[in-house]
Amino acid sequence: MSAHVVPQKLYFIIFAALLAMTALTTGMAYVDLGKWNTVVALVIACCKATLVVLFFMHWKWSTHLVRVVIVSALLWLAILISLTCTDFFSRHWTPVPQGWGETSLGNPPAPPANALPR
Amino acid sequence: MSDHAASALAHQFEDLDQQHEAASFGMWIFLATEVMFFGGLFAGYTIYRNLYQPGFAAGSHMLNVTIGAINTAVLIGSSLTMALAVRAAQTGKRNALVTFLILTILLGLAFILIKLTLEWRHDYVEGLAPGLNFTFAGAHAKSVELFFFFYFTMTGVHAAHMVVGVGILSYLLVQAWRGKYGPDRFNMVEGTGLYWHFVDIVWIFLFPLLYLIGGRY
Repeated sequence: MSAHVVPQKLYFIIFAALLAMTALTTGMAYVDLGKWNTVVALVIACCKATLVVLFFMHWKWSTHLVRVVIVSALLWLAILISLTCTDFFSRHWTPVPQGWGETSLGNPPAPPANALPR
Repeated sequence: MSDHAASALAHQFEDLDQQHEAASFGMWIFLATEVMFFGGLFAGYTIYRNLYQPGFAAGSHMLNVTIGAINTAVLIGSSLTMALAVRAAQTGKRNALVTFLILTILLGLAFILIKLTLEWRHDYVEGLAPGLNFTFAGAHAKSVELFFFFYFTMTGVHAAHMVVGVGILSYLLVQAWRGKYGPDRFNMVEGTGLYWHFVDIVWIFLFPLLYLIGGRY
């Protein structure tokens, strides 16, 4: 009584769409698109996740309160990833001024010989 | 309101609608914390994949795309049976609910078994398990090792969530067998469904990110 009962057929349609997109994303990996391979794979993954949230997880029949929670979860995820990326990928944009490498504890230690290349 | 409905309603709620909304709301709050939990791994993955692109591509190419795609299909299938189980609980069809819960458990176990026997074991034998047996010494060996750290951590944490899910589903199965669920009492089945679909979504992103880096052409 207290929740919408979804027609069985709709679940099977979503299932078929998800399987088709799995086949598509696997197939696209064998086509040379350069950097766009990653973009295509992520766009397809986002479409699949959207279908799961909309229909399997009943977004379409949810209250606004529940939708606010879903959107804020995604918003915080976006903040986490985008702010971390802005830090990491902008570090080499400006050189470290002379003398700033030194701290009150002395110079920063040299990286170990087996360190990953940067 | 029937006696059954009255007993399905916890005393702190006005009616079943409010109880249902509270249950969904609580489950989604938990899933929001889970998004943050996996989000940390995805953020770390994004950084290191961009810093060590060739090594990550080389590591990704050592994984078996076919097995990964089959496992994706298995997991999507388990999401379908889970959604149908929730529907069976909502419509009060006990036998259908029991059947779909068993199917979901079996598909979940199939996913874990495929992962364990055909992938992790194989990777370990091939010398691709950092910390246990990492003997790969080709080009970019250090960043390939980093890729496999992410691979084992992300798929491992994901599989741990599936093991927990199978445990909860087994409890639901016993309760469903006893006829505890029905149109007035299905919030636990629906909440477990939300969790199960969330774990499915995590895999939907793990599959392309781990298996399809840098293309396969």
